[in-house]
Amino acid sequence: MTGRSLVIVTAGLGQPSSSRLLADRLAAATERHLRDSDVDLHVVTVELREHAQDLANHLLAGFPSPRLQDAVDEVVGADGMIAVSPIFNASYSGLFKLFFDILERDALAGVPVLMGATGGTARHSLALEHAVRPLFAYLNAAVVPTGVYAAAEDWGQAGVPADATLVERIDRAARELATAMAGRQPQPRRDRFGQPVEFETMLRDIRRPGGGSHGQT
Amino acid sequence: MQFGVFTVGDVTPDPTTGRSPTEEERITSMIRLALKAEETGLDVVAFGEHHNPPFVPSSPTTMLGYVAARTKRVILSTATTLITTNDPVKLAEDYAMLQHLAEGRVDLMLGRGNTGPVYPWFGQDIRNGIALAYENYALLRRLWREDVVDWEGRFRTPLTGFTSTPRPLDGVPPFVWHGSIRSPEIAEQAAYYGDGFFHNNIFWPKEHTQRMVDLYRRRYEHYGHGPADQAIVGLGGQVFMRANSQDAIREFRPYFDKAPVYGGGPTLEDFIDQTPLTVGSPQQVIDRTLGFREYAGHYQRQLFLVDHAGLPTEVVMEQMDMLGELVVPVLRREFAAVRPPHVPDAPVHPRVVARGGTSVPGGSAATMAVSR
Repeated sequence: MTGRSLVIVTAGLGQPSSSRLLADRLAAATERHLRDSDVDLHVVTVELREHAQDLANHLLAGFPSPRLQDAVDEVVGADGMIAVSPIFNASYSGLFKLFFDILERDALAGVPVLMGATGGTARHSLALEHAVRPLFAYLNAAVVPTGVYAAAEDWGQAGVPADATLVERIDRAARELATAMAGRQPQPRRDRFGQPVEFETMLRDIRRPGGGSHGQT
Repeated sequence: MQFGVFTVGDVTPDPTTGRSPTEEERITSMIRLALKAEETGLDVVAFGEHHNPPFVPSSPTTMLGYVAARTKRVILSTATTLITTNDPVKLAEDYAMLQHLAEGRVDLMLGRGNTGPVYPWFGQDIRNGIALAYENYALLRRLWREDVVDWEGRFRTPLTGFTSTPRPLDGVPPFVWHGSIRSPEIAEQAAYYGDGFFHNNIFWPKEHTQRMVDLYRRRYEHYGHGPADQAIVGLGGQVFMRANSQDAIREFRPYFDKAPVYGGGPTLEDFIDQTPLTVGSPQQVIDRTLGFREYAGHYQRQLFLVDHAGLPTEVVMEQMDMLGELVVPVLRREFAAVRPPHVPDAPVHPRVVARGGTSVPGGSAATMAVSR
């Protein structure tokens, strides 16, 4: 049996939140599918609500608190991610965006991502496609085709059975994520400090127009 | 080991009065800081270089030339000299000139500058930051080491038969430190040439400092300059002191809360906990500073930031007195007591050594960075 790590990032605000509820169901379904492929899944959850103040501080001070750094490390080191945000004003919440804004360039490159969203009515469901998917596409993440949006009515109403299509969508999306994660070998992260490039190589590289990295301060 | 102060020269309103110093007042306060460094027995004073408000020091060699004329001992340095947007030809000339005027009491710290709009004002592009730092410095080195230079590169017009004048004092170029917070390319550059590496060690958790210094030391050894623990490391540090640590916290808090760099973000307590910022008694500053070597190894230069965020000049002068009387003498003794004999001092010009030097015994011209 091989192993994979999955990180859940949820920007739900209530405790418990419907975003967390959706994320947990997506994770459970993913775990089930991976077990069928003989892959053992290790799941870690990052509740952004717990890091809201640290995220704002990071924005202003330029570095994360130790607790926020731990959360970032969980995300950066994971083999796959389930990211769920409530939809506010036709897009992901500000808290959700804040977290992905602080990740280093390429932190999610090639990482399989399942996106989820929650909202009051189904009228906001395309926010996944016009807001969340472009965000992860920009970050070069490998977003699975099915995104899962859960409106209040999907969780069930008195006298009406819970929407069976939500269960189906969760299952389909989880299967896509499981397949992507099982098919992708865990990636060693290139450590610019552990494996430095020879100076003369870099010096040669900067001589051509456009050559040389931008670097950081 | 060398101890000193560095300043960025920010014009920031004093949050307790709302009043901003004039540019003249801020320039004068920087000069007073430098003269006070000499008076209180510090070894180094370093001025920043900026070309945008709210900063005043756009012309470091003019200011340092003035300080040179009014001091005898203190080493004049920069924090930092913009190797990206300055013409390396002018840098070679200006700092060689300063070296002559100051009889060798000059070194400089190169940095890239992280304000995007400044680059195009000088015909450059911040996206070429590393490339500019590499190419410009490669030329600067040659201009100081070769009497006649033919050169062609990517960023400036070619040179044919060019001689940079005056030549470095006694043929010894100023020692160069390379400063960077988190670009491994710059630690690599410093290591390749066997130059010094400086980490500002303020505003950021110590882990940033640690991994950069560690990379520089490993690569210094890799490029054949000597063992990693003989590489030349400088660190910054930010302090505010009062005899009673609670008084220090109370007095500094309004300046912290509104400071341009971190104001409105983490609390003062979090910042003290998560970065090397020390607000407290002189003894707390001593203890914290002695702890820097636990993650940076035995190092050669310690510069303190004491004058930003709108602190009144008189308060800054009191900080300087405390540094000179209560902190640095103890640090000199304590650092020296545990420093292995094979760890060199920071290189200084042979004339500084000949005059008795500003650093503790052990430094010599033999440790002057070699040309390669």
